[in-house]
Amino acid sequence: MQPFKKLEAVALPLTRANIDTDQIIPARFLQKPRVNDFGAYLFRDLRFNKDDSKRPEFILNQSEYVAAKIVVAQRNFGCGSSREQAVWALYDYGVRAVLAPSFGDIFYSNSLKNGLLPIVLPADVIDAILETLARQPGAKIVVDLEQQCVRAPGLAEQAFEIAPFSKHCLLTGMDELDYTLTHADKIAAFVRQYEANPFS
Amino acid sequence: MSAKLRPKTLFEKIWSKHRILEREDGQELMFVDTHMLQDGSAPAFEMLRQRKLTAHSPERAFGTPDHYIPTNSRNLMDLADPESRAMAESLDRDTKAAGIQFIGLQDQRQGIVHVIGPEQGWTRPGLLMVCGDSHTSTHGALGALAFGIGTSEVAHVVATQAIWQRRPKTMRITVDGTLATGVSGKDIILAIIAKIGAAGAVGHVIEYAGSAIRNLSIEGRLTICNMSIEAGARAGMIAPDENTFAYLAGRPFSPKGEQWDRALAYWRTLPSDPGARFDREVSLNAQDIEPMLTWGNSPEDAMPVTSRIPDPATIADPQRRAVVERMLGYMGLTAGMALTDVRVDRVFIGSCTNSRIEDLRSAASVAKGRKVAAGVEAWVVPGSGLVKAQAEAEGLDKIFVAAGFQWRFAGCSMCLGVNGDLVAAGKRCAATSNRNFVGRQGPGSRTHLMSPATAAASAIAGHLADARALVNAAA
Repeated sequence: MQPFKKLEAVALPLTRANIDTDQIIPARFLQKPRVNDFGAYLFRDLRFNKDDSKRPEFILNQSEYVAAKIVVAQRNFGCGSSREQAVWALYDYGVRAVLAPSFGDIFYSNSLKNGLLPIVLPADVIDAILETLARQPGAKIVVDLEQQCVRAPGLAEQAFEIAPFSKHCLLTGMDELDYTLTHADKIAAFVRQYEANPFS
Repeated sequence: MSAKLRPKTLFEKIWSKHRILEREDGQELMFVDTHMLQDGSAPAFEMLRQRKLTAHSPERAFGTPDHYIPTNSRNLMDLADPESRAMAESLDRDTKAAGIQFIGLQDQRQGIVHVIGPEQGWTRPGLLMVCGDSHTSTHGALGALAFGIGTSEVAHVVATQAIWQRRPKTMRITVDGTLATGVSGKDIILAIIAKIGAAGAVGHVIEYAGSAIRNLSIEGRLTICNMSIEAGARAGMIAPDENTFAYLAGRPFSPKGEQWDRALAYWRTLPSDPGARFDREVSLNAQDIEPMLTWGNSPEDAMPVTSRIPDPATIADPQRRAVVERMLGYMGLTAGMALTDVRVDRVFIGSCTNSRIEDLRSAASVAKGRKVAAGVEAWVVPGSGLVKAQAEAEGLDKIFVAAGFQWRFAGCSMCLGVNGDLVAAGKRCAATSNRNFVGRQGPGSRTHLMSPATAAASAIAGHLADARALVNAAA
């Protein structure tokens, strides 16, 4: 996993709630091997027509936002299907952080395992950022993981919460599975005790 | 009061039993009793191969293909797309290489993983179960703690038989009273999601309680817990009771003999203690619940069958108004029209939500002696080979076929269409599945969610329909 420390980048405002993972990547791309560029499938049916021509009305096709590395959206971003490919699509496109008032639980967890930083901010703060981005298309936002803060033009610095272990993994690129494997003895001890008393 | 005496919820009892260790940041490493694998697992096994990791406890897993399989035959070669075929083939290869039990297409026990888990007795009270599929919440209907995970987590569980979790909050949803005739578990859960919203339970595990839940069959409970994820919940659960125990008795993987007696004694200790505290409480009256259908592109957009399509002009909040306008445009609906005036092109009775024997009986009772409307293509896709066999033993297949439904083989099928079972752009489908998202059943497809009885009634009528008129009138 690539480490994430600090990022200043164009932010893509998606003024919608409940952006489900079927929107982020339609199911027909889930069978593609991971070596593919999943960025090509990101918001596929919103970005492209059936004949692969671009849909100019979709915001990611507008020139100010093509280089976006941050997504700002309303509540429940990444709800629905558990498909980790939704994170891969965002990541491969170049997105490294998503700001929203809430996330689908599984999407949130998947993001942390792939170097994509999900940031929960209060709904009124998200609304203010979205308004700023509407007034200043292509405006940049600063996301600082070390300091746990977000800076958007014209707004006070916003602190955000993240679990210290998740933060550590993102900052260093450390993998959770490697960490768990260092506890193999504790898992083995648990299993012995558990299997001796399955019904208590 | 000591921790031992403090009243505990069903969730807390299972949680504390499975906790291996706690990390400094409060996340806990949880032991996984049962890992269910379906044919979306190929990328997870690829991750394991790259890291040269093997299965920690292959005997605690099983796999079955359900997404990437044809439902017009049991021959993978009938899948048009070789990449789809490769997904089902990979699961066969990967599970065998790992020593994990595999239930293949030629095995009558094959089916949707969330149907066969309970059916085989793999799903039991008190277990912690995971699967790389968001509808894993289904299994909570038998009193298990079950939740969906991502690909990296599937690899993690195969390699360690454990998973890191932040302890979720708890929410109790109490549904008391008696359901009206023609109202089912599907209508209850759609009414709940309409009430609390698609993000209403984010970060929570829901326990469904109350007399209406206790009086439901296991099939009805599975439907309710299945759609917990559509309210944003991590999991949904229902306290195990005599219905649960009767359902599990004699299942192939249920404990036997003295083990059964010990298990039963343990299971009886699991229901939430009187006075146990939940972080949130929600309640509904069962008698207020009517047959429910969705009109928009989120499961929260559900309304009684007697309703009219919302009119954006009457919505004060400009953001919500814009959302409703966009959804009406996508769905091809006119503000103010009656739901029951909406014509349908396709009908899909199936999916991990509603493909069990009781669902098929319910749909068949509506279809019996009637005909699918001209121009409507209606499918019934049983949840497993065993559900299919049971339905055929009861003659339900003949009722469906005589009415003009297609009677197909088990699989996820048209719920998400990755096997090619798709709804064409602009076409409208009355579906018993769980998601009405934009493009869910295929690019440009329009999905309305409903119960099996409502879907069958819609197939007969050719438009969204109230099944109660047909249920009450003997055909």
